[in-house]
Formats: sequence, C-alpha cells, structure tokens
Amino acid sequence: MRLRSIAAAFGLLWVGFAGSAQAAKTHVAVAANFTEPAREIAARFREKTGHEAVLIFGASGAFFTQITHDAPFEVFLSADEERPRLAVEKGFAVPESRFTYAIGKLVLWSRVLDVTDGKAALSAGKFSKLAIANPNSAPYGAAAVETMKALSVFDALQRKLVRGNSISQAFQFIDTRNAELGFVALAQLHGVTAGTRWLVPENLHSPIRQDAVLLKRGANDEASKAFLAFLKEPEARAIIESFGYSLE
Amino acid sequence: METLQHLWPPVRLTLELATISTLTLLILATPLAWWLARSKRAWKEVIATIVSLPLVLPPTVLGFYILIALGPDGPGGTIAGLWGARTLAFTFQGLVIGCIVSALPVVVQPIRNAFAAVGDRPLEAAATLRASPWRAFWKVALPLASPGLLSGAVLGFSNIVGNFGVVLMIGGNIPGRTRVMSTAIFDYVETMQWREANILAGGMVVFAFVVILSMILIQKRYARVGA
Repeated sequence: MRLRSIAAAFGLLWVGFAGSAQAAKTHVAVAANFTEPAREIAARFREKTGHEAVLIFGASGAFFTQITHDAPFEVFLSADEERPRLAVEKGFAVPESRFTYAIGKLVLWSRVLDVTDGKAALSAGKFSKLAIANPNSAPYGAAAVETMKALSVFDALQRKLVRGNSISQAFQFIDTRNAELGFVALAQLHGVTAGTRWLVPENLHSPIRQDAVLLKRGANDEASKAFLAFLKEPEARAIIESFGYSLE
Repeated sequence: METLQHLWPPVRLTLELATISTLTLLILATPLAWWLARSKRAWKEVIATIVSLPLVLPPTVLGFYILIALGPDGPGGTIAGLWGARTLAFTFQGLVIGCIVSALPVVVQPIRNAFAAVGDRPLEAAATLRASPWRAFWKVALPLASPGLLSGAVLGFSNIVGNFGVVLMIGGNIPGRTRVMSTAIFDYVETMQWREANILAGGMVVFAFVVILSMILIQKRYARVGA
C-alpha cells in the first residue's frame, strides 16, 4: 500500500515536471551589465504576454563559449556586437534576428577618490588598484582598456589593474573599496548615489553596441521570439533608456 | 616551445602559493590538531566545527567573507596599512590567507586523527623515562603521527592547487601575482584558447592522479609498517 502511494507521488512529480516544461518559457543569456534592466523588462514581459523569461547573467565571452557548446539558451543579449555576429556566422543563431538593443556607456567610478575629473584622476595615478572587467571576455573591459590607451595612461596604470571576471565583479571590487576606482557600466550605477563618477566621453573608445540574437534552439519558439519582439517595443526601450543606455 | 612560455607564470605562481601556504598550514594546524586530539574540554568540538566549516560552505561564501575581511573595512585593511597599502585583496599574501582558510580542515583532520591514534601510552612511557612533555611531543608523538602529517600536507597542497572559487573572488586575476592555474584555465576557456586550456587542464589531471595514487601508496606502506 505504502509503496504504491510513494510510486503515485513520484509519478505526480514527473507529471509536474513535464507540465512545467510545457509552459512558455525562454532562457535568456544576459550580459552582466544589463542585469537590472533585463529584470524589469522580464517582469513587464510576463505581465503582458504571460510568457516567462528565465534570465541567466554572466560575461558575454563565457556565454559565447557555452553557446558554441550547446548551452540551453534560446536568446542571447550580448554586451557587444561581435559575439552575436560570430554566433550567426558559426551557425548557432538565426541570421535575420540580430539587432542592437542598447548602446552602453562606460563610467569611471570611485567610492574613495574624487574622480569627477576622470582624466586628471587617471593621469595623477594616486591609487593602488583600478578595477576593470576582463578585457578578453567582457566588452566593457575592452572599452576601458581602449579609454586608458586613448588617454595615454595605460602603460603607467597597467600594473594597478585588477580584473573582474565580469563587469559585475569589477563593480563589486569597487563597491567593497578593495579597489579605489574602476570602470563600470553606467547602468550598474542606476540608483547608486555613493561615490563620485566620470562619464567617459564616447570618442575615447569604440561604441559599445550591444546586440541581441535569437539562438538556433529558440528558432521556432514562441516565447523566445516574443521576448525579442518585446525588446523593440517602446515600453522596453523606455526601460533601457532609463538605465542610461542610448538607443539606435 | 617558445609559444607556450606564457603558460609558465601561472604554473609557477600556483606552486609558490601551494608551497608557502602548505608550510604555514603545517605550522598552524599541528598545534591545533594536537589540542583537538588531547584536550578534554567539551567545547573543543565547537572549535573543530568552525575549522571544518570550509568543507561544507561553497567557495563563494568563503570568498565573499574573505574579500570583506581583507578589504579596507576589515582586519586585512588594517594589516595592509602597516606597509601603507589599503587592502590585502589582489595580493599574493591575500591569496595565501584565503587558501589557508579553505584548506585548514583537510590538513587538521588527518593530523588530529594521527595524534588521537598515538594515544596516551607512548606519552606516559616517555614521562616515566623523565622526558618533559615538550620533548615527548617532539621525540614520541610527532614521529608516530608523521603519516598523518604527510597526508595533511599532501591533501593541503592539492587542495590549494585546486582552489578556484576563493582565488577567483579575491584575486583580481593579475598576471604573475594572483593569476593561478585554475583561474588561467577559466580565462582560456572563456576566450576559447582551447590549446592553452587543454595543456593546463591536462596537467591538472595528471597532477591529481599522481597525488591520489601517492596517497594510497603512503597509506598502504604505513599500514604495513604499523602491522
């Protein structure tokens, strides 16, 4: 008797799993800098369409590697245009689905020093650690390196750089004041009043065009296509802009 | 091969980190294990539990607390202030501290067991021969417990070589200073440098195999000697 009821409960559990797998869900790999806006957009997306967007946050480079190894994502919101382009080129994404959903802004931020004049603060170099995202895997890290090179301070500062695994970790190094200052995404400072900041002029680095793309796994998936369509709607665009990104 | 030279710094750094941390660990863990094995106080198990916490806690929890503790708001910042720095995070010393905390349980446990296995009788015998407790410890207890010390050292060393989570969270991935093998592999995988990743990762597999095999052989050998 008891055995039978356990078996029944087990069966129900399986039915439950199967049921939840059928509900419209899309798995979205989101570049770390876009964490907050993505959460807001996913909440609105759910209210409007009933579909659920499951968000996975990380560094764009890491996601790209995972996608080329069949990671279970249907949508990819990268922090650059290069990786979505490569994903299409290598046959992991749907070609015509790629578009720029946001143009990122880079900020120099500190909770210790006054960096309102960022150029002066970087040239003076009166600090021991400057945090950036890993330039090899995170586009904001690459933009930070370009900026320092454009200001001709890169060689002098190279030994002071600490690299976060993603832009989120760079933020955390600065926020805990382990690094005196560092480069983060403007969107990460949304609602942050602490410290001083310097908005990096856009002529100092190549534009951080952040592209979205529909991955092959989601090619025929309603919720995934709906999510990308929703990203283009005025409502989502307003949220993106409110975090300090520009739009095309 | 000239093209592979850039793989050497993380390997060397890892070996330096593991060697220095293991030696420090043996100095810290031996008296601690002795006390845990010999003390009659009931609350010693509370201390034993605290020491063992890193076995159960995810490396992210350890890394998070260690990052705070090493920083300007924690004791690490105060210590760093002695030589005019602000934080111990992102430094080699910081990594040593992080690795010691995470590897402490795997070093203390075998040493404690070894001391417990020595028991009272050899020490009582030493006492009747008028050996001072200090001398009895060095001449009797420590040699008898040496297989435990060896196990602790090997386990601690390999634990540190394999440390990824804590090092990633407090290291800052600085080439030559905090970029160890495990984080270098992570980097290579993320940036699709498969060849580099493969060489380092393959080396790790060989290393792990050698460690475990030698542990088994050590245990076998001492079991025979004991019997």
